[in-house]
Formats: sequence, C-alpha cells, structure tokens
Amino acid sequence: MRKLVKYLKDYKLESILGPLFKLLEASFDLIVPLVMAAIIDKGIVPGDKGMILKMGGVLIALALIGMACAFTAQWFSAKAAVGFSTKVRHALFEHIQKLSYSDQDNTGISTFITRLTSDINQIQSGLNLALRLLLRSPFIVFGAMIMAFVVNVKAALIFVVTIPLLSIVVFGVMLASIPLFKKVQGALDNVLGVTRENLTGSRVIRAFNKEEDEIRDFDTKNEALRALQLYVGKISAVMSPVTYLIINVATLILIWSGAIKVDNGILTQGQVIALVNYMSQILVELVKLANLIIQINKALACANRVQSVLDMEPAQAFGVYKAENVDEAEPLVCFDHVGLTYPGAGAEALTDIHFSVRRGQTIGIIGGTGSGKSSLVNMIPRFYDATEGTVKVNGVDVKTFDKEALRSLIGVVPQKAQLFKGTIRSNLLWGDEKASSEDLDRALKVSQSKEFVEQKEGGLDAEVEQNGRNLSGGQRQRLTIARALVKKPEILILDDSASALDFATDAKLRQALASLDPKPTVFIVSQRTSSIMHADQILVLDDGEQVGLGTHEELLKNCEVYQEIYYSQFPKKEGASA
Amino acid sequence: MAKNRSQQKETLRKVLTRLRPYRIYLISSIILAAITVVLTLYIPILTGEAIDLIVAPGKVDFASLKPLLIRGAVIVAVTALAQWIMNICNNHLTYNIVRDVRKEALRKIEILPISYIDAHPTGEIVSRVIADADQFADGLLMGFTQLFTGVITIIGTLGFMFSVNVVIALVVVVITPVSLLVASFIAKRTYKMFKLQSETRGEQTALIDETIGGQKVVQAFGHEKRTLDQFDEINERLGRYSLRATFFSSLTNPATRFVNSLVYAGVGVVGAFTALRGLLSVGQLSAFLSYANQYTKPFNEISGVVTELQNALACAGRLFDLIEEEPQTPDASPAEPLTADGRVDIEHVHFSYEPGQRLIEDFNLKVRPGQRVAIVGPTGCGKTTMINLLMRFYDPQRGVICVSGTDIQKVTRKDLRSQYGMVLQETWLKAGTIRENITFGKPDATEEEMIAAAKAAHSHSFIKRLPEGYDTVIGEDGGGLSQGEKQLLCITRLMLALPPMLILDEATSSIDTRTEIRIQRAFAKMMKGRTSFIVAHRLSTIQEADIILVMRDGHVVEQGDHESLLKKGGFYAELYNSQFVGVEG
Repeated sequence: MRKLVKYLKDYKLESILGPLFKLLEASFDLIVPLVMAAIIDKGIVPGDKGMILKMGGVLIALALIGMACAFTAQWFSAKAAVGFSTKVRHALFEHIQKLSYSDQDNTGISTFITRLTSDINQIQSGLNLALRLLLRSPFIVFGAMIMAFVVNVKAALIFVVTIPLLSIVVFGVMLASIPLFKKVQGALDNVLGVTRENLTGSRVIRAFNKEEDEIRDFDTKNEALRALQLYVGKISAVMSPVTYLIINVATLILIWSGAIKVDNGILTQGQVIALVNYMSQILVELVKLANLIIQINKALACANRVQSVLDMEPAQAFGVYKAENVDEAEPLVCFDHVGLTYPGAGAEALTDIHFSVRRGQTIGIIGGTGSGKSSLVNMIPRFYDATEGTVKVNGVDVKTFDKEALRSLIGVVPQKAQLFKGTIRSNLLWGDEKASSEDLDRALKVSQSKEFVEQKEGGLDAEVEQNGRNLSGGQRQRLTIARALVKKPEILILDDSASALDFATDAKLRQALASLDPKPTVFIVSQRTSSIMHADQILVLDDGEQVGLGTHEELLKNCEVYQEIYYSQFPKKEGASA
Repeated sequence: MAKNRSQQKETLRKVLTRLRPYRIYLISSIILAAITVVLTLYIPILTGEAIDLIVAPGKVDFASLKPLLIRGAVIVAVTALAQWIMNICNNHLTYNIVRDVRKEALRKIEILPISYIDAHPTGEIVSRVIADADQFADGLLMGFTQLFTGVITIIGTLGFMFSVNVVIALVVVVITPVSLLVASFIAKRTYKMFKLQSETRGEQTALIDETIGGQKVVQAFGHEKRTLDQFDEINERLGRYSLRATFFSSLTNPATRFVNSLVYAGVGVVGAFTALRGLLSVGQLSAFLSYANQYTKPFNEISGVVTELQNALACAGRLFDLIEEEPQTPDASPAEPLTADGRVDIEHVHFSYEPGQRLIEDFNLKVRPGQRVAIVGPTGCGKTTMINLLMRFYDPQRGVICVSGTDIQKVTRKDLRSQYGMVLQETWLKAGTIRENITFGKPDATEEEMIAAAKAAHSHSFIKRLPEGYDTVIGEDGGGLSQGEKQLLCITRLMLALPPMLILDEATSSIDTRTEIRIQRAFAKMMKGRTSFIVAHRLSTIQEADIILVMRDGHVVEQGDHESLLKKGGFYAELYNSQFVGVEG
C-alpha cells in the first residue's frame, strides 16, 4: 500500500483540493437548517416578508455555490484518481516485464492480467469515492453536532450521546460482517469451481457415471453458501432498523427537552426545528459512510494485491560485461557442474550438468517428459539461473554479462509458438528492427515458411491476429523460427519447436539450418530421435540427470536410456533397415 | 420491442413460478414494506404536530405533548421491528431463490447434450449460473422492493401534501421532475465517453493478454521497451477518456441535489408566506420540508431502479434459457440390460455435427470380443467423432451401434458408459487431491490397489516426489502438473477402474516415447481380453492392432491390419512412410 501512495504524489494538489471543495460544499449544507430557522423565527413569527424573501435568496445562493464547489471537487478527484491509476498501471506493466521466468511461472499469467485490469479499475473508483466522500461524511456528522452546540449547548448534549451510539451500531455491524463477506465470497468460489468442473469435465464425468456424485457435491456447496449468506444477512439486517430507532428516539427526546427550553424562553420554535433537521442529516451521512467504507475496503484489498506484485523483486542482477575481447579458443557454451532448483521445489530439476559446445556445433538434447530439457536451454539466456555451478558463454559466467549483450547473442524459439498482433513482417522484425528484406527472405526460406507466406494475401504484410490465431500451429511455429533467424544469433535454441511440423518439413528445416553461413551454434531440444540423431553431440537427460553425452553411434552403443528412446521410435527391424 | 416485452413477461412468469414456494416471505415482505413506509411518513406529521405545541415561552402545551411523544415512540418501535422482519424475509427470499435456480441449472448441465457444452464457452455458462443468478435475485427482489416502497412513498407524500396545501404541493411536483431531466441530460452526454472508455479498456486488455501471455518471448527478444511504449500509448488514451467519463458522470449527483435544494428553498419561501396568511402552521411547514427531501429521493432513484430491473430480467432470461435448454434424448424406458462381452457392431451409421455437412457416411464395422481397433489419420479427420458415437456423447443420425448385440440406444447411458474406460486427449482432472483423482472411478479402492495402478501407469514415481505425495492438492485443471504428468494421472485413473472395454484417444500424445512404450506394455496387459479402441498420431504404437481404420476428412478410407494396409500402398502406407523421411537426410 505504502509504495502505491508515491504515485499519488504527482496529484498532491488535486488530492487536497478535491476533498477541500467537498468540505466547503458540506459547510453550506450545514448552514441550511439555520437559515430555515431564521425564516421561521425572524420571518413567520414577526411577519417579516422581506426577511423571508431574503432568506429564500440565501438558500438558493447556498445551493448554487454548493453545486459549483461540488463540480470543482468532482473534477479534482476524478483527475487525481484517473491520473493515479494510469500511473500505477504503467508502473505495474513495466514491473511485470522485468520479472523472471520463475516469477511468472509461480504467479501465473492470469493473475497478472487481473491485477492490471480489474484490480486497478477497482482502485480507481475506490480512490475517487474516498477523495470525495471519506472526509465529507464525518465532517457533516461532527459539523451537525457543532452547529447543535451553536444553537444550544444543553440540547447538543443529546447529539453527544447519539452519535457514538449510532457509530457503534453502524461500524459494529460493518466490522462483524466484512470478514463474513469474505467467507461468502469463498463459498461462492466453491460453487463456481464445481460448476466449471462439470462443464470442462463433462465427458469424463459422464464416462465414469459420476453425475449423481457431482450433483451431491454441488448441493452441499450451494447449501453451505446459502446458510452463510443467511447468517451474514441476519447481522446486516439489524443495521437499518436499529439506527432508525436510535435516531428517532433521540429526536423525540430532543423535542421534549426542546419543549421545556422553549417554555423557559431559552430556545425558539425555529431553533427546535433546526436541531431536528441536524439530527436527520447525521443518519443519512452515517449510512453513506458505512457503504463508503465497504467500497474503500474492497479497493484497499485490490491495492494490496497490486502492491504484492510490485513487491516481487526482479530476482536477477545483471553484470556489465559486453562480450568484448572474446577468446575464440574457448568453447562457446559451457555448463560447469550445473544444478537447478526451482524456488519452493523440494528437489533439483537439473543435477550436475556438465558439457561444452564449440562454435558452429549442433547439439541435440533428448529425454523424457519433465526430464529438464527446456529448463536446461533456458539457462543460457538466463531465463532461469543456475543454483549450482556456472553456465559460461565465451568462457565467461553468464551472470557477469550485460543483459542486452547476452540476449543479443541468442535466438530462442520457445515451445509455445507465440506471435503478436500486427503483420508477418512486424513479427519478424522483432528479431532485428533494422533487418533488410533480403534478411527476412532468407529467414523465411530457411524456416520453410516462404511458400505459405507467399500464398497469403499481402505476403509479408499479411495481417496477424492476436496471438497469431489466424495461422495454423505449424505455420506459427515456422514463423517463430524465422523470427529468431532474423536476429542472426550466434546461438540458436530450438526448444521442441518442430513438434507441429511433419517429418518431411522437419528434415528440410534441419538441412537448411545446417547450410547457414555463418553457421550458428544450434541447440535442438526434441523428443524425436530423428530430429537430433545427426547432431555433433547429443545430451541425454533422465529425470534431470545427465545420463549420456556423445554422438548417435556412441550413445546407441553405451547409453541405455538413449537406446530405449531410439527403439521406441524406430522398432528394431525398421531401425536397422533405415 | 413488442417481442421484447412479451419475452420479459414470459421471464417474469417463470420468476413467479419459482417464487411460489416462498410466497409467505413475499407477501409478508410486501405488507411489512407498506407498513414501514406509511409509518415512516407519519413521523414528520407527528413531529410537526409536536412543534405546533411548542410555540413560545409559557405557551407550551405539555399535557398534549406527552401522549404525542409516547405515540411517536411506539410508532418508531413498530417501524423498526417491521423493517427488521422485512429484511429477514427478503434475505430468505433472495438466497433461497438463488439456491434453487442454481440447483436447477446444475442438474440441467448434467443432462445437456455434449454438443451444447462443446458449442458454448465454459466461461459463458459459468457466468450464467454464478453472476447472472446473483444479479437476477439481487436486482429483481431489491429492485422490486425499492420500486414498491418508492411508489408508496411518492403516493403517500403527494396525498399528504395536497391534503394540507395545494400550492406548496404544486411547487414540489413541478420542480422535482427537473432533476430527472438533468440526470438524463448528463447520462446521454456521458454515454459516449463511457463507450470510448470501455472500448479503450478492451483494447488495452487485449494487448495485456497478448504481451503478458507472451512475456517470455518479449523478454527473449528484448522487446520490453517497445511493448511498454505500445501499452503507454493506449494507457494515456484510456486515462483521457476515463477522466472525462468519470467527471461527467459524477456531475449527476450534485446537479440533482441542486434541484432538490431548489425544491427545499421553494417550499420554505412559499410555505412561509402561506403561514403568514395563517393557512399553514409552523409544524406543518417543517413536515413539508422533510417531505420535500423524502419525495425527491425515490424520484432520483426510480430511473436507476428501472434499469436495474430490466438488467435483472435480462439476467434471469439468460439463466432460464440455460435451464430450459433441450436436454439430451432421454434414456430408453424400459431400458434393456447390458452386460458387455466385447462385441461391437456398427451398421450403416451416418453422422455429422451440422445438418447438411457430410461427415461419417454408411459406416460399418464388426469388432469381435478382445479385438484392438486403431483409428488413425491426419489431424481433424474425425477420429474423435468415433469416440463420441461409441460413448453416446453424440447420437448418429442414421444407423445402429450395438454392444453385445444390443442397440446402445435401447440401454441406459449409465449402463453403456460403465462398460467403457476412457482416456481423452484433453486431460481433465478434478480440483482435489491426487488420491481423489485416481480413485475417481472407484472411490472404495484400497491404498494397495491405488499404488499398484499408479505403478502400472508409471505415475507412482512422480507422485512420490510431490510435496504431499498422494495427498497433494492439485488445482482446477491439474494446476502445476505438466501436460504429460496430467495424462499419466488420467491413465492411472483408468487403470484402477478396469471396465470391459477401453477407449484411448491420443492417450499418450504428451508423453515421451520412452515412457509411452512402458505404458503401452501396461496397456497391452490391460487390453488383453478387452475390446479396445485406440486413436493415435504415432503409427508406431498401433501396429499390433487387429483392425486399423484409416480416416480422412471424416470418411473411413481404408480398413485392415498393418501388413495388409502397407501392402495395399494407399493412404496408410503414405502416412506410415512419411515418419521415416529425414532419417536418411
């Protein structure tokens, strides 16, 4: 919360002027009952028509000034609230972009999206309300009491007793129900969860004939929700009748004691009416305040959620090494007894990985589901950091690299083929803003996408919809490869990026990559032996451990895991003849 | 418009039917609301009468004042009590109705045709059951209460004001609607800004969705700065529209309050002159003043209440659409019993998802007990359709599917489905523990049975490594598990509840081939003596099938075993050979 306040600093003036004008308006509201008392005592009773007209004029003037003040207040509050949330949104977006892969994995994309959208919207309207009303309501409540003192000190004592009593009821009910509302929300989430499950799992549930069980489960949760709602309802149902009772009993007492004072000549009739009016103003404002506080509470909860994302420190610090004085003799990439443990995980995801790759080599990485293949290659551009040992590029620990310098060496084609709204050209230019059309053409050719791009209307300038959803999976995958090639990286990482391609296209792609000049160092992660068997080196992973390193022939002779994988894809007879 | 009206009427009628069991609450609520309003309106009159008894020093009528105040106290107490009981009644009404419609909705979901669920996004149906139900109950009942009390208040105050003094009453009646005009004037001007704001918000959400969703790529290409610039451009625009929308809409309140102040001033001045002529007492004037406030309040609220009611009716309409959706064809009654011996006969089956579209036509297949049927073909060729038909997720338009010689339309879906075990391409897990998920099909399984099944499906070793082992809670859709692990769990679930026939749809698509081979071995053991249908991409896994169905564009183009199909040199042979391209190159 505290960190968010700093974004309000630029709107200091607005945040002060907004409430200030609101208070001004409220003060005019407070004068009205006194004016009305004057109409009665100085106008009606002595029969002074001029006085009545004059006071009527005062009432209209007060209303006009009040409205002007309110308009001004609304303007400043809106400006502060909108400006603040615009800044917070910017800051949050910028911050999320700095977070590492592990932070993103742990928090989840959908969380970030909710924080950036609905949470900040809630904060905006909460802040706007708070600026306008948070001071106004207490001001009127205490103002009314002070005005009562101005009219008559003894009569005002009734206010002194009533206000705390009312506050206890209003805030007591609120305090009691807020935590319960959270529970209601939780119960509602449960009902929602079961409903969702019955839709997403409709086939499985029906296949296992579990409909009855699901209905029972739903009924239990639905019933729990109702019971909780009724319970909370019982508490909040008390508020309005009790406050009504208190305020009206106080009014009756006010009239009785007023009667005695009028009889003794201490008060006038008009003043009694003014006191009664002040009493009813208090009730209206207290109820408003209670609702306001609920709103603000919601906004505060949102603010805390946003804050917790802002508090996530981008874990990584980068060095300053800019890849100068490169020693060409050093291996380009070297894993020196590297281990990786994900934050919060019990065991290592990768253990004691040790190998090195020379310039221009192709290295294949193969292993089962969850064996750590992706994690391994993602450590080279530091999307994940080694928790044991060091990853070196050009013989230098990647942690001493400047971020730009490191990442500009590496072209990554991730597992998930992600494209962005724009054109095919704009997507390819992500690799290199200044790439020439020859560069783009070459990248398309190598990635085997030239043919289908040319068939598109507009060719390179064909439109790409959000997330590339107007392209097929195979097309997206080839374009992500092209995008990485445009970068002309020294290290090219293909992270299972040919999975949607048929075997023939996959083979052509690998041939084209091999003929590149200058030839990049290529990491190919795959589950298909055919994709990696011609690599210079093959690294075999099993459950995060390096169980084999060598060429296809060597591994086929001495690595049991590799043999198993290979023969699972090429059953012995076919394997031999191929 | 007229159609809209009649739809709204229809919806209202449906709401009333559902209200019937709780009519006691409804009737009490209406009566109590009427009592509350009338008594609340009576209080200012009493106060006015009391004030008229307090004229000046020495001219206070204590003898009349005392019983008046006691009467006031009793009325206040009764009002508070009535209000309290009314609130309780309303709560019961609202929450019971919501519970009932949700119950109805879920029961309908369980018997909806799968085609409906396939065609409607999950989020949309969920929001009907959750958000629409809430909106409908809150909006309709609260809106109704507000409208009802509002109307009584307006009628009551009008009645009183006209009975006491026509001129002052006219002042109030003439000026008050001005606030409505002002409000609608502002609302119209604001609407454009709100539209711009929500459009820009949509644009921004789309950008956020894409760039935060593709954050890893953004970082890998060092594109953060440019993405941020893009974001800022929209953000600035949003800020501008949002400021105007917020500001203009917040003018409504002060503007209508200004009109109210005018009413107040008008009543004060006109009332004072009337009092001078002796036609109005000071107490009556004070009652008038407090009415001027009470009268305008429901007036300001009514336009809001009407939109709320319309919105609530729209929500109710959506919810009822779901509840009244045509269910799947009911089970045959009386149904024939079914004990599967593994025979499946498909005779002259015609099926397509949409009328007019040609998909499966005149399909015939005889499967003997214990045979293995593999279905292969390129993506989108209709392999999953076969499963939809076998499990009766969809029914064929023509033709008959028989299990053990019995037409599956003549047995209950429950009996039919309990003969099949199924692992689907889309892995679905329940929010709950691993244990709950594995024993989903056999809740009374022992620990040993469960572990044996997990070992057979090769999931035991990764489950063991989870923080709480078999008691690890996984979220909806499997939470932190990888796709492959989720699939292993689905297979384990099937291993534990072994039915006589099996359906495996791309069951191992996300598992590496090495693990797959092991699972295949387990499957082979499981499939022994069981009729099974296997859908697969990888041809290497189905070579031992007794019958291979080769599908293309929804049609079965070839049928036979591996050897004969290869010899034939048709589409299957082409598919089969394509996977070895590149081995030489």
